[in-house]
Amino acid sequence: MKEAIINHAQSAKQFNTDEARVNWHDETLWMVRSKRDKAAKSVEEWETLRSLASSVKEHTLSNLNEYLIEFEKQANKNGVKVYWAADAKEHNEIVLKIINEEKISKVVKSKSMLTEECHLNKYLEQNGIEVVDTDLGERIVQFRKEIPSHIVLPAIHLKKSDVSETFNQYLGTEKNNTDPQYLTSAARVHLREKFLSSEVAITGVNFAIAETGAVVVCTNEGNADMGVHAARVHIASMGIEKIIPKANHLGIFLRLLARSATGQPITTYSSHYHRAREGASMHIVIVDNGRSRQLANENFRNSLKCIRCGACFNTCPVYRRSSGHSYHNAIAGPIGSVLAPNMDKQKNYDLPFASTLCGSCTNVCPVKINLHEQLWKWRQLLTEEGYVSVGKKMMMKIMAFVLSYPLLYQIAGKSARFALTYFPFMLKIKKINPWYVNREMPQAPKQSFTSWYIQHKK
Amino acid sequence: MTVGLFIPCYIDQFYPQVGIASLELLEKLGCRVVFPTKQTCCGQPMANSGFDHLSEGCNKNFVNNFEGIEYIVCPSGSCTLHIKEHLHYKEKEQEAERIRNNVYELSEFLVDVLQVKNVQAKFPYKVGFHSSCHGQRGLHLSSMSETMQPAFSKPEFLLNMVDGIEISHTERVDECCGFGGTFSVFEEAVSARMGKDRVAAHQKNNVSYITGVDMSCLMHLEGILKRQRSDIKVMHFAEILNHG
Ligand code: SF4
Repeated sequence: MKEAIINHAQSAKQFNTDEARVNWHDETLWMVRSKRDKAAKSVEEWETLRSLASSVKEHTLSNLNEYLIEFEKQANKNGVKVYWAADAKEHNEIVLKIINEEKISKVVKSKSMLTEECHLNKYLEQNGIEVVDTDLGERIVQFRKEIPSHIVLPAIHLKKSDVSETFNQYLGTEKNNTDPQYLTSAARVHLREKFLSSEVAITGVNFAIAETGAVVVCTNEGNADMGVHAARVHIASMGIEKIIPKANHLGIFLRLLARSATGQPITTYSSHYHRAREGASMHIVIVDNGRSRQLANENFRNSLKCIRCGACFNTCPVYRRSSGHSYHNAIAGPIGSVLAPNMDKQKNYDLPFASTLCGSCTNVCPVKINLHEQLWKWRQLLTEEGYVSVGKKMMMKIMAFVLSYPLLYQIAGKSARFALTYFPFMLKIKKINPWYVNREMPQAPKQSFTSWYIQHKK
Repeated sequence: MTVGLFIPCYIDQFYPQVGIASLELLEKLGCRVVFPTKQTCCGQPMANSGFDHLSEGCNKNFVNNFEGIEYIVCPSGSCTLHIKEHLHYKEKEQEAERIRNNVYELSEFLVDVLQVKNVQAKFPYKVGFHSSCHGQRGLHLSSMSETMQPAFSKPEFLLNMVDGIEISHTERVDECCGFGGTFSVFEEAVSARMGKDRVAAHQKNNVSYITGVDMSCLMHLEGILKRQRSDIKVMHFAEILNHG
């Protein structure tokens, strides 16, 4: 029957074979979560800010059509060309067309999860265009032909030694030199050359302001600015949900974003792009790619409030111990698990189950997305639509049947059948009983509570 | 005051002593306790696995068992939360709604309804408190490390009334233990790893017991402790409040 193509549980199991790496991954991200806590606690009105951010997004999503049109109008006034893409394919074609019209073959790109989602790099490369990711972490994973494992910290699954090996292979750095200073300066030299020789800069968009037609890009490395200022063409790709109504609202989000992401008060660079400088051009591609479908679904619409801070990743005890690649999706973590099934149920139906529903994600989310409730809801919808294995379905049906009838339950309880129902694989055989691999089984007492009660109290 | 005791199926089958302790404790505190013997399960294991649509039989049975009982009290945060959020029964929807609004996890019942000021219990041990997510983040039995609110904890408020007890907290005070119902078998590797990390955090504090409001989390931690041949035992907080 249906099995997810690569399943989260299997990949996570693989990741867990290297205990030291799991320790390190978990602790590194926990440190980021702790920094977030500290930064958030330093803002007295933190919870108010979260509510504000959530309601601004709520309002915007309810009036998205109007704000998008206003944004386009203002951007046009600024001399910016605006394009509309229904899906990833259209987005990629539009970008390629702009590049081709300018007769350019080299592109630099700063961080953009949307272009990851659209597999833009692969598409451009197939069409003879060289694309260089200029965010350091993204450049590292690009060399390794991997996808980012985290939306804010794309190479967080790698250790210094992995980076050293990769740079040795692609940039000719000394073998086994793991000095971060040495490695980053090698990357800097390499990227400088790319910045200078590229004529197109692609950036993502953190916020698009309807009132002014401007886009705002937040980075720590300044690579978006570097790219845009050196190139004569700037293409900014954004999802339809990036809109905020007014420049005034930006303060709410900028205060929340970096604090939630890394515990910094603000990203090093918050760059505002209104229009192209003289002799250059600016293009904005507005992409739907499934978002309007998500918007139409009341269960999941508020997932579009996401500002991609990554806080839900850092706090997620499952993410920290399974790593981003287990989620086989451009966006991993709790929000990835909410967004991915909307894109492709068959490929991603395992993801809403990659959670204990502990609710920590919901608590850290700066725009108050009820992530764990949406994961629960996806479980119901996917299961009802048949995205479930035969074994699991069988087990649940037997359980539901036994538990519906008190007498059956009592009889079953007395025999091993209850145990087999409740813990499908009650047997002490590691191969067929996952529980028993790392845990002892609970000991069955002589008497259930019910029979004790009947004997003593009735 | 009549209290209907709702005992989750895994407590009924594997940890009857928790049911007994809850019942005795409530009686000591002056409640008239009834235990509808035809109860089975709240349906949560199915619902959290995506099979809420199969929980009709469980729901019907639940409503029929607890119909008309003033307060429904349960020594599990997780099962209480499930009933609060998901109990529906078309034929008696009004009663289902009344039950949803009158079901309490044991510690919240003791603190909020009975307003217990002291318990006659003694437990001279160092005890690590495990904060179960559904009780904490779902029912708000205590403050949460992620949000900015003054610190409080209903179960610990009660435990602090016990003679001789020393309560300890771990680093990452409210990280999930990784049980997660069927998550514990379908995502075995991550589940076990999370449990081991929780156990290690408590071991650092040299505790003799780990306690909490949810026996399911404790069962998971117990499985790991036993595999490691650790001396640390798990004990539901009702057992401690009812001790000695
Ligand atoms: S869902 Fe919330 S916490 Fe997660 S990345 Fe988006 S904004 Fe941040």
